[in-house]
Amino acid sequence: MTELNDMACPIPISDYPKVTMAHGGGGRLMNQLIDRMIIGTFSNSFLDRRHDGAVMELDGGTLAFATDSHVVTPLFFPGGDIGSLSVYGTVNDLAMCGARPLWLSAGLIIEEGFSMEDLWRVIRSMAEAAARAGVQIVTGDTKVVDRGKGDGIFINTSGVGIVPEGLSIHPSSLRDGDAVILSGDIGRHGMAIMAAREGIGLEIPVNSDLAPLSGMVSGLLREGLDIHCMRDLTRGGLASGLNEIADQAGLTVFIDEASIPVTEQVAGACELLGFDPLYVPNEGRFVTFLPQEHADRAVEILKNHDDGKGACRIGSVGPRTGSGVIMRSLIGSDRIVDMISGEQLPRIC
Amino acid sequence: MKFVSEYRDGSAAERFSRLIREKVTRDWNIMEVCGGQTHTIVRYGIDRLLPDGLNLIHGPGCPVCVTPVELVDQAIAIAGTEGVTLCSFGDMLRVPGSEVDLLSVKAGGGDVRMVYSPMDAVTLAASDPGKQVVFFAVGFETTAPVTAAAVLQARSLGLRNFTLLVSHVLVPPAMEAILASPECNVDGFLAAGHVCAVMGYREYEPITERYGVPIVVTGFEPLDLLEGIHMCVAQLEKGTNRVENQYLRVVTRPGNISAMGLMEKVFQVTDRRWRGLGEIPSSGLELRPEYSEFDAGRRFSVDHMRVEESGRCLSGKVLRGVIKPDQCPAFGTECTPEHPLGAPMVSSEGACAAYYRYRPGGWKDD
Repeated sequence: MTELNDMACPIPISDYPKVTMAHGGGGRLMNQLIDRMIIGTFSNSFLDRRHDGAVMELDGGTLAFATDSHVVTPLFFPGGDIGSLSVYGTVNDLAMCGARPLWLSAGLIIEEGFSMEDLWRVIRSMAEAAARAGVQIVTGDTKVVDRGKGDGIFINTSGVGIVPEGLSIHPSSLRDGDAVILSGDIGRHGMAIMAAREGIGLEIPVNSDLAPLSGMVSGLLREGLDIHCMRDLTRGGLASGLNEIADQAGLTVFIDEASIPVTEQVAGACELLGFDPLYVPNEGRFVTFLPQEHADRAVEILKNHDDGKGACRIGSVGPRTGSGVIMRSLIGSDRIVDMISGEQLPRIC
Repeated sequence: MKFVSEYRDGSAAERFSRLIREKVTRDWNIMEVCGGQTHTIVRYGIDRLLPDGLNLIHGPGCPVCVTPVELVDQAIAIAGTEGVTLCSFGDMLRVPGSEVDLLSVKAGGGDVRMVYSPMDAVTLAASDPGKQVVFFAVGFETTAPVTAAAVLQARSLGLRNFTLLVSHVLVPPAMEAILASPECNVDGFLAAGHVCAVMGYREYEPITERYGVPIVVTGFEPLDLLEGIHMCVAQLEKGTNRVENQYLRVVTRPGNISAMGLMEKVFQVTDRRWRGLGEIPSSGLELRPEYSEFDAGRRFSVDHMRVEESGRCLSGKVLRGVIKPDQCPAFGTECTPEHPLGAPMVSSEGACAAYYRYRPGGWKDD
């Protein structure tokens, strides 16, 4: 203990004496916090791999273990709610390890005064989501905090799943020449939340893309495709997901802006608010890296699923070229796509 | 998406690029005034489609960037006051004051809120009479009419708990300040289309005559920029100095008369300090005396605060177009979006942010 107490805080107090919202924004500041304070302190061979979940080899099989906390406002949004979100969040983290999700825990932190009817809606939504994803919620915990000490309800879920034999799904498996497959149009979850939160009336409402990814992943694995890495594109969006993988792999991901699907509604809402869809969160989209010769088949398999209809190839992996992600813009010139710094904020004019 | 995707067409961009190459016979420096235009240029690599010697200089048109540090400090002081809710556009919250930024005040318990419109702040004030709601009104002529409308709305509602910290600035005086400076190397301007959507472009006509520079009112999409550059180059090569309008689908010569009427009613022109540019005569807006009850500077007695700019940040030179962001020794090392020395590194329209985000050191063409 003495040794730990002697450690200096790895985030210099002079820079950030207090946690800011940007420390949870999915960008560079959050990554610094995780790298320097959390992974630096808890360091072990599972955590240090920095995957969506930990993958452990045991006698008789390989286990994946993941956790996710959910603090969304509003609690009910077009296309989902905190209940389904909390189930799919962990299911998707497990799926990204190549695992078949099996069992979840649920921790509810409820604010005093929260409507019992809303709580019942959330619980039913969790049950439906678990049934759809083929998982059981097998253990849990409930706490109530004083009014004003929570935002209605916070939910943490953790989950375990079984990883089929012989898989090595991790950024370190990425190879020069791999194809990059995106499972559908981007930016819908973030814009659905923004529109609901800020009361922005969009002509055609945007629905969140919230969905379990485990069905699509098992479809890919069943075909025996040689998947090198997968990542769900949550906070920080496509840009941050690709940057994290490229940085860990020590390679550069080259993408083509014209090939990245964005619906008219999302593109319009982003234009209006000054957001870049590349950085807007998703809850039902992921990227897959695999050899070029498997790319067409992967797109075909994804398109067979309701949540993968918009799947397409968006680029390929190449040697490291200074930056993690380079994009050919619509007008034909190349630029880097950086990881977002803190949070994306709406522009001023 | 109608009216956007048409202006991002690769083959049309290639055609404009070829036309520009055919026209250029010597070196020219063209300043795009607005930070939104700078971002389009760097994000789409438009400068890379231009011939060598046709140099784009990034101008001061980022309202967040030119807000002097003392006003940021005034906002921070107000936000730290008990019973106050300070509202501003998102960009402003990350701009470093002389010690902290508004997001840190928020993390420390201050009630700092990001709004999309000054009207949101009026609604907030009306719904919570026990709170003093202050709107940090930053922006050029583009956002000033909405701020004016918010003041009129607050008056008609009889609100006593709504005030403004006004930092609205005007573009033409800043362009004149740049042209009058001995270090000026600007041959022609791309004027900011959104500002002209409100103000029209009559006020630029005397500038073209006085300083002998062409000015092209230009939009914000890649093809807008390329067409604006093409029009500007054509004038430079011919030796003409006129105001031309590339942004025909939005801008008219007289501008938006009713928006200007709102501004005129609520604001009067005043001298204003700009970050990096110093005091520019008749370059800012302040509340008219009949609306002084809405002046947050007076209500919270912060209008006496005077703070000097940090010497380590060369944003003044960047904003005057004397250096490019990556020529600043602090760029990308001492100054990053996580630890900004100045506003241009954090504003979504800041030139330093554009260079950092789309073009960090280390990666070059080929």
